[in-house]
Amino acid sequence: MKPAMQRLSIVRLRRQWPVVLLAALLAAGLLAPLASGAATAGFFLEVMLGGLMAGVLYSLVALGFVLIYKASGVFNYAQGAMVLFAALATARMAEHMPLALAVVAALLLMIGFAWLVERLVLRPLVNQSGATLLMATLGISIFLEGFGQAVWGNDIYRIDLGLPKDPMIVGVHLFEGGVLVSREDLVAASVAAALVLMLSLFFQKTATGRALRAVADDHLAAQSIGIPLNRIWVIVWAVAGFVALVAGLVWGSKLGVQFSLSQVALKALPVAILGGLTSIPGAIVGGLIIGVGEKFADVFLGQALAHWFNLEGGGIEQWFAYVLVLGFLLVRPEGLFGERHIDRV
Amino acid sequence: MLYRENGQFKTSYSADQQLLPIAQDRWLMIALVASSFIAVPLVASDYTLRALIIPFLILAIAAIGLNILVGYCGQISLGSAGLMGVGAYVAFNLTLRVPQLNFLLVLLLSGAGAALVGIAFGTPSLRIKGLYLAVATLAAQFFLDWAFVRVRWFTADSPSGSVSTNPIELLGWTLDRPVDKYLLVLGLVCLLTLAAKNLTRSHIGRAWMATRDMDVAAEIIGVRPLTAKLTAFAVSSFYAGVAGALWGFVHLGSWEPAAFGLVMSLNVLFMIIIGGLGSIIGSFFGAAFIVVLPVLLNRLPAAVGIDLSTAMRSHLESMIFGGLIVLFLAIEPLGLARLWAIGKQKLRVWPFPH
Repeated sequence: MKPAMQRLSIVRLRRQWPVVLLAALLAAGLLAPLASGAATAGFFLEVMLGGLMAGVLYSLVALGFVLIYKASGVFNYAQGAMVLFAALATARMAEHMPLALAVVAALLLMIGFAWLVERLVLRPLVNQSGATLLMATLGISIFLEGFGQAVWGNDIYRIDLGLPKDPMIVGVHLFEGGVLVSREDLVAASVAAALVLMLSLFFQKTATGRALRAVADDHLAAQSIGIPLNRIWVIVWAVAGFVALVAGLVWGSKLGVQFSLSQVALKALPVAILGGLTSIPGAIVGGLIIGVGEKFADVFLGQALAHWFNLEGGGIEQWFAYVLVLGFLLVRPEGLFGERHIDRV
Repeated sequence: MLYRENGQFKTSYSADQQLLPIAQDRWLMIALVASSFIAVPLVASDYTLRALIIPFLILAIAAIGLNILVGYCGQISLGSAGLMGVGAYVAFNLTLRVPQLNFLLVLLLSGAGAALVGIAFGTPSLRIKGLYLAVATLAAQFFLDWAFVRVRWFTADSPSGSVSTNPIELLGWTLDRPVDKYLLVLGLVCLLTLAAKNLTRSHIGRAWMATRDMDVAAEIIGVRPLTAKLTAFAVSSFYAGVAGALWGFVHLGSWEPAAFGLVMSLNVLFMIIIGGLGSIIGSFFGAAFIVVLPVLLNRLPAAVGIDLSTAMRSHLESMIFGGLIVLFLAIEPLGLARLWAIGKQKLRVWPFPH
C-alpha cells in the first residue's frame, strides 16, 4: 500500500473518533441495565423494540427536513406544521368522502402549498442567510398551524387506516412472558422503509431526481446548465409535503389528529441533525439511535436520576435527544453521514 | 417644518457623539419620559396598566435582551424564555429563602444567575453557528423547561410545580397597586434601555456587530470572537433574567413552569423580527405590537359585529403573526424600526425628496 493511502486512512480514522465515542457510549448505556440486573432480557428487548419503532416514526418526519435542506439549503421548521395540516385535512375530508380520495385531495393541497411557499416565501428570500430562512419557516409554521386549525377545527380527530390495533406477543419460548410487539408499529416501520426506498429510487434513477441532486450540489452550476431552480423548489417542497402527509397519517392513526402532532417535528429535529442534514439514510439511522436512546434513557437513566437527585419523576425524554445531539454537534457538526463542510466560526 | 436641524452646530466631540444629536429628538424624548412618569399614572386605568402597559414594558426588556444577541451579535437563540424562567426562579428562591433582601438586589441577582446559565448555554456558539446554534439553544430551552418542573428545590416542593409570590416591598413601599408596579417597571426600563443603547455604541457593541457581519474579518481586525460572543450571551441573558423575574413577580404574581415555555421564546423572537433586528427602539415597537394585537383581535371583530370564538381568535392571531413575519423578512428585514427611520428621514428633508 502506498504511504499516502495509509496516511489517508489514519486521517479518516482520526476523523471518525466522535462516531466511535458515540457508539461506545450508546453501547455502554444500552448494556448497563442488563449488566446491573435492572432489566430482564425480555423487558430489555421490549424497550429496545419500542424505541426502534418510535425511532422509525421520528425518521418519517426527519426525512422531510432532510429533503428540503438537501435541495434548497432551508432548514424547514414548518415540517411539523405540515404534518399537522396534512393530517387534519385528511381526517376532516375523510368524514365526507372515502379515505383514499381524502388522501389524494390532501396530497393536492400539499402540492398547492408547496407552490405557494415557493412563490411567496422562497423567491423573495433567495440568497438570504440560513438563519433568516429558518425564521421565515418559523413564520410559515405558525401561520400553517393557525390556518389549519381555523379551517379544519381544533378538536382531536381520528384517522382510521384499518391497521391492526391489538399487540401480539412473540418469543414466548425464548423469554419469560415473551415480548410485546405492536402490529401498528410494525406496519408503520414497513411504510417508512418503503418510503425511503421510493425516495432513493426517485433521487437516483429519475431525471427529476438527478436535477434535485444537482441543485443540492451547487445552485449556480445547476442553474447554468438549465435546471429551473424555482420548479425544483416546488417539487422538493411538494415531496416534503407528501412525506409530511405519510407521517401525518401514521402518527394521526396512532395518536389521533391533534395539535400536538406539530410538536413531533421538534422531536425529529435532533434526529435530522444527528443523521446529518444532507443524508436520507442518516435520517433513518439517526431516528433509530434517538428512538432507542430516548426510550432507554427514559426507562432506566430517568429513574436513576430521579432517585439520585430527588427529582419529581424522570421524564428526561423531553431533552435527552437534544442534549445528545448538542454534544455530538460540538465534535462533528455535519452529523453522522452528512457532507463535511468547513465553516469558520 | 418643526423637525429641522438647521442652526444646530456641534462644536465639541461630545456634542457630536451624544445619544440624540438632533435637539427635537431630545425634547421629544424628555417629553415622552416625563409624560410616562407623570401623565400615564394619572390617566391610565388599572386595567390598561395591568393588561397592556406593564406586560409591554417587561416584554420590551426581554426583547432588548434578545435583540442584543440576535440583532447585534448575530447569534440566533430560541431559548430566551428558558433564561427568563431562570431569572424568575432565582428571584422566587431568593425572596423565599432570604426574605430580608432588597427587591432591586434580587432583580440584579436573578439577572446575574440567568447570565451565568446563558454563558453556559452560549459556549456552543464558539463551535457552531446558524441553525445548528438554534438547535443548541432549543436544547437549553427544553432542558430548563424540564428542570423547572422536575427539580423540586426550584419550586420549593410545591406539588403542582406552580409557585406564587408575595407583593413586592421596596424600602417600606409596598407595590400592590398597578400604578406602583408600573412606576417600578418604568424606572427599570429606562435604566436598562439607556444601558443597552450605550453598550451597543461602545467598543463592546461594535465588536458584536463586527462578529455579526463577518466573523472571520472581525477576528482578523482584532475582535476576539470568544469575548464578543460570550459577552453578548451574558448581557442578553441578564436582560432576559431581569425581564423574567419581573414577569413572574410583577405581571403574573403566580405562575406555572409552562409560562416560560417555547411559545414565549418564539414570541420574543417574533417581537424583534417584527420590531427590527439590531435596533433598541425596534424592540419596543415589537413588544407593543405583540401585546396589542391580541387585544385588538379581541375587540375589533366584536365592534364590527362578527362573533369569533376564543379558539378562532388564537388561530387568527397565529396566522397574522406568521404572515407578518414572512412579510417583514421578505420586504423589510429591519422591521418597524426601519419604517420609523424612513419616516424620520422623510420628515427631515420635507418637502424635498432627498
